[in-house]
Amino acid sequence: MSTTLERPRLGELTNHDRRRLTLYRASKWALAVIAILIALLMLLPIIWLTFTAFKPESDIVTYPPTLWPREFTLDHFVDVWDRIPFARLYVNTIIFAGGVTVISLLLDSMAAYALARIPFRGRGAVMVLILILLMLPFQVTLIPLYDMLNGLGLTNTLPGMIVPRMTNAFGIFFLTQFFLSLPRDLEEAARVDGASEWRIYRQVVMPLAKPALLTLGLFHFQYNWNDLLWPLVMSSSLESSTLPAGLALFMGQHVVEYGLLMAGSLLALLPVVVFFLLIQRSFVAGIATTGLK
Amino acid sequence: MTVTELTPSTAPPRPPVAARRRARGPASRRQLTAWLFLAPALIVLVAFTLYPMAQAVYLSLTNYNLIAAAEWIGLDNYAELVSDPAFWNAFWNTVLYAVVVTPVTVVLALAFAVMLNQAFFGRTFVRTAIFLPFIVSLGIIAIAWSFLLDPNIGLLSYWLGQIGIVTEQGWLSDPRFAMPAVMMVGVWKFVGFYMVIYLAGLQSIPSELYEAAKIDGTTPWQRFRHVTLPLLSNQTLLVSVLALIATLQAFDQIYVMTRGGPYFKTETLVMLIYREGFQELRFGYASAISFVLLIFVFALSMIQYGWLRRRAVTY
Repeated sequence: MSTTLERPRLGELTNHDRRRLTLYRASKWALAVIAILIALLMLLPIIWLTFTAFKPESDIVTYPPTLWPREFTLDHFVDVWDRIPFARLYVNTIIFAGGVTVISLLLDSMAAYALARIPFRGRGAVMVLILILLMLPFQVTLIPLYDMLNGLGLTNTLPGMIVPRMTNAFGIFFLTQFFLSLPRDLEEAARVDGASEWRIYRQVVMPLAKPALLTLGLFHFQYNWNDLLWPLVMSSSLESSTLPAGLALFMGQHVVEYGLLMAGSLLALLPVVVFFLLIQRSFVAGIATTGLK
Repeated sequence: MTVTELTPSTAPPRPPVAARRRARGPASRRQLTAWLFLAPALIVLVAFTLYPMAQAVYLSLTNYNLIAAAEWIGLDNYAELVSDPAFWNAFWNTVLYAVVVTPVTVVLALAFAVMLNQAFFGRTFVRTAIFLPFIVSLGIIAIAWSFLLDPNIGLLSYWLGQIGIVTEQGWLSDPRFAMPAVMMVGVWKFVGFYMVIYLAGLQSIPSELYEAAKIDGTTPWQRFRHVTLPLLSNQTLLVSVLALIATLQAFDQIYVMTRGGPYFKTETLVMLIYREGFQELRFGYASAISFVLLIFVFALSMIQYGWLRRRAVTY
């Protein structure tokens, strides 16, 4: 078997083999070129957004439009902070998405720990409840939730936006599946040593669950950072809004100033993209496996 | 119930009272611990998902409008729905969006996955580029898309004009082209997500199968058609249902790019819920519309769940 794995020396190749090798290499390069073209096409809105953010308004409105700026400027990145309450939107979004992510990871993982590790009466019923909640579109709760939070005086506030999202069925389900796949040896040892469930959860299971928590964390973070409908419904002014809703509102209210909007959009997209590029590998692996478990 | 009938004969003999008490202590403490761990999440789920769900049922049977108190009107909202052209317009727009975007996204996702399953220069970059739209905010990137499609200064509409595809009023204000435009953005957003699921499926197909097929003298198309495709049927079903559920809830790019226009040509069910609920403040009626959405999504999810419990194809 080992002989077939050895690379044949070039001198031993027949003309026919050499032709096939050339053909093979050419097809690989063709594939690479097509694939990279597709990738650039997929990136077009992001590339367009990035370059336009650096174009002066006079360049933006010049026909024909060009991808590469004819002139560079940083004006939009300066102006965006005054023209839109951009800092306010940014802080709101960080508190909203960050707050939901941190609280939700805690509540999701506690619930998942009980479901995966502590045998108790009623576990089946709780699992069924979570599966059913997983199947219902959240838009159905939009109106009653708004009505409830409005009654409590919580519309146009960050707590009002965060509280309903402090946990969700998907997070609990995701972590329960992950905890079930963890080996039990370590926690059994801790249990024999008389550690409490809380200690096992905090000091044994949570450190082991780090990859899953990172993946779920990015899921929660990007979902809430990117969400449009919920902040749109919950906030009636720019001051209490988040970036996607705020930029959409700004776009609707003014004569469209694309340079400013693109600079704001670029700054708004940045945190999620950076977060994603940092943990890309485990995040993608998480999607690939959880979809099918 | 057969279980209760069987219990007396099959149950082990009861331990003496003292032993039972000793055993019950730690066991019931574990019960309590479990519920304590669950309590915060359950309280949030009940108060902010389950209770609003029930409230939505009630509201859909009233004429509540946020200002005046809710008045019970029975099934009037549902009766109005059936004869409301705006509802049927949104309903058929949603169906159209779903039946076009779902197959296009799934087929493209499969094609990209097959392409990326081979080794070539720049593969990691290509995979990241195709997946990236899934991670960025659709509401924000839709602003860039509107700009790309702007009839005067948009790059994409300029490029399309160069190859002869011209719209009279611009893509987003032309009733014929607005829907295709928001559909294109919908495909663009989700194709990378489904591609990743397909890629995982492709990587789990044993390579011996392809080697065996090669020895039998098959063409690449035959191998794809008779080896790859059947073995990916799990992924295809999962991805199709996920895509259908997502398309039924389309909102973000439509809100930003067209606000449901021109002439309500792109108004989907969620857009209509938003308009009736938060612009017309007809909370009762909007709740009734949201139940139509719920029925569709729930039915599709049940199919997905039922299928996930018994995996169809194994090898």
